Amino acid sequence: MAGASSGGLQTKRELGKATRDAFGRALEAIGENHPEIVVVDGDVSNSTRTEWFGKKHPDRFFNVGIAESNLVGVAAGLAASGKTSVIASFAAFITCNAYDQLRMSVAYPGLNVKVVGSHAGISIGEDGASQMGVEDVSLACSLPGFVVMVPADEESTKAATKAMLEHQGPVYLRVGRPDVPKIYTVSSASFQIGKANKLRDGSDLTIVANGIMVSLALDAAEALESQGIKARVLDMHTVKPIDRDALLAAARETGALVVAEEHLAHGGLGSSVAYTVAELHPVPIRYVNLLDQFAESGAPDELLEKFGLTAGKIGEAAKAAVAAKKG
Amino acid sequence: MANNLDALLARAKSIREDIVRMTTEAGSGHPSSSLSATEVVTALYFGGFLRHDSKNPHWPDRDRFILSKGHAAPVLYAALAQSGYFPHDEIMTLRKTGSPVEGHPNMKRLPGVEASTGSLGQGLSIGIGHALAARVDRKDYHTYVMTGDGELDEGQNWEAAAAAAKFGLDNLTLIVDRNHFQQTGPAEEVLNMDPIDGKFTAFGWKTQVINGNDMREVLTALDRANAVKGMPTCIVSLTHKGQGILNLLRKLGDTNFHGKPLPLKYLDEALAEIAAGV
Repeated sequence: MAGASSGGLQTKRELGKATRDAFGRALEAIGENHPEIVVVDGDVSNSTRTEWFGKKHPDRFFNVGIAESNLVGVAAGLAASGKTSVIASFAAFITCNAYDQLRMSVAYPGLNVKVVGSHAGISIGEDGASQMGVEDVSLACSLPGFVVMVPADEESTKAATKAMLEHQGPVYLRVGRPDVPKIYTVSSASFQIGKANKLRDGSDLTIVANGIMVSLALDAAEALESQGIKARVLDMHTVKPIDRDALLAAARETGALVVAEEHLAHGGLGSSVAYTVAELHPVPIRYVNLLDQFAESGAPDELLEKFGLTAGKIGEAAKAAVAAKKG
Repeated sequence: MANNLDALLARAKSIREDIVRMTTEAGSGHPSSSLSATEVVTALYFGGFLRHDSKNPHWPDRDRFILSKGHAAPVLYAALAQSGYFPHDEIMTLRKTGSPVEGHPNMKRLPGVEASTGSLGQGLSIGIGHALAARVDRKDYHTYVMTGDGELDEGQNWEAAAAAAKFGLDNLTLIVDRNHFQQTGPAEEVLNMDPIDGKFTAFGWKTQVINGNDMREVLTALDRANAVKGMPTCIVSLTHKGQGILNLLRKLGDTNFHGKPLPLKYLDEALAEIAAGV
C-alpha cells in the first residue's frame, strides 16, 4: 500500500515537516525574546517537541510527570501570576484526562494558557486508538472562550503558533505526528485567527477542510476539475471562532459544501460549519470524517484509506453535494 | 502579642458572624465548612502573614491565598470584605442573581479572589503554578493553599503533592482543614486518607499537625512554615466543622450540617454563641 497512488498523505505536493515539529521550532524561536513564556510538560516533551524550548530555557520549563490534571492546574497558576503558559501533551490525554481542569482552572477564569494537543487524529498510526485524539476539537470547542486552531502544514503551524502566543486568552492548538505535504511557503503562510484561507476558487461547491485534510481537499479539487466540477477550497484553520463571512460567501456563491476533517462526526469542524451555514444560508452539506467510532492500529496511510479520509472520498462527497443542490 | 491575639480572636468572631449572617440571608451555602477554617483564614489575612493590599489586588508582589475548598467561600468573602476588597454590605448579596459574591469563588468577578474554585482538588496545582512563577520572577511572595480533608480524595492533590516536593517549593504552604466530615458522613468512613501528615511526609513535605481552631497554634504553625527551607509545608489543621456554633448544631442533631444555612429562627442563638466564644 506504500505506493504513490495509495492515498494517505502522499500527494503531489512536497512533503514538509510534521506540524508538531513546526510548533516546537516556532515555540523555541519565539521563546527566545519572550521571557514571559513558560512551558509545563507531562513527560512527553520529546514527542510534543517542547523539549527544544526546554533545552534552551530550563529555568522556564517544568516537567510535572505523567499527571495531566496537575499539569493544567500548574499552568493556570503560572498564567494567573502573569506568565504565558504553554502546555503540550497528546491531544487525547490533555483534553480527555484533564478536561475538568481545562474547564475550571483555565476556561472559567479565562487564563492565558496555550494548550497544544499533539498526535491528533488517526494519522499517528501504529499506536492505535488509545493514543488517537479524535474528539479533542469537539471538547476544546465546548470550553467557553477558547480559540481552537487546526493548522494544515509546517509553515501555517509556525504562523499559528505565533498567533496563539500573541493572543490574550486560552487557545487550543491541534498538531499531528507525521510529516505532511507543504501547502504554504514562509511568505504565503498567513494565519489570522478566525479568518479562513481560500486556497483555490471555484463556483460549483466549496470544500471546507483543516489539518491534514487540506492537502487532500486540494487533490480532490484538482480531480474534480478534470470532471468539470469547479471546487473552492477553504483552509478553515480556526474552528472557533469560525469564519462566518467565508462560509456565507461559500454558501451563497457555490451553493454546496463538503466538510473534511480528521475527527469524529460530532462536535468538530463539520458541526460548526453546519451550525453556521444552517443559520446564514442553508445549502446541501456532505461530510468526510471519522463518523462515530474508534480507529485501530496500522500504517498511517492505510488507516486513512480504511477510515475514508482520502481525496477520493472527498470527491465522492463533492459530487453528492452538487447533486443535492440540483435536486 | 497578647493584644494582637485578642484582636485576632475578636476578628475571628466577626468573621464567623459574617459567615452565619450571609448564608442565612442567602438561604443556602456552606456555613459549617467555613466556620471550621475561620482561625486559619483570620490569621492569614489579619495576623500579618499575608502581605496584601486590598486597594491593589493584582499587586505582583502580594502573597497569594487560594481557597481550594471553594464551597467555604463565605469565610473568604468575610475576610476579603473586612480587608476592604469590596464594600462589606456586599456579602449580604451572597448567591443572589447579579452579585459577584457567588456561591463559589469567581476570580473574574470579585477582587481578592485568587482562583476560581468549586470543583474540588484543583487549588494545590494552581498554587504550585504561582510558586513557580515567583521562582521564575525571583520574587519572594508566599502562596498559601487551603484544601478540605474530604477534598484529598481527589487524585490531583497527590499529583500536585509529588510535584511541589520535586520543585522544593518552600514558598508554598498547604493547610488541610481537617474538619473530619464530608458531604455524606465522616471523612474517615467515606474514604480514609489517614494518616494525612504521614502521606505528605512520605511525599517529601514538612508537616505539622495542629489544633486549627486554636489561634495561638495557628500563628505558631504559620511562623514555622515560613522558616522551612527547600521543601513545601503541609499543616494538617484539626478543626471542628461548625466551630463557633457547635452547641447549636448539637441541639439541631447535625454536627456535620453540610451545605445548608441556619434557618432564620436560629440566627440570634448562633450569633449569641459566637459572641460568647464557647
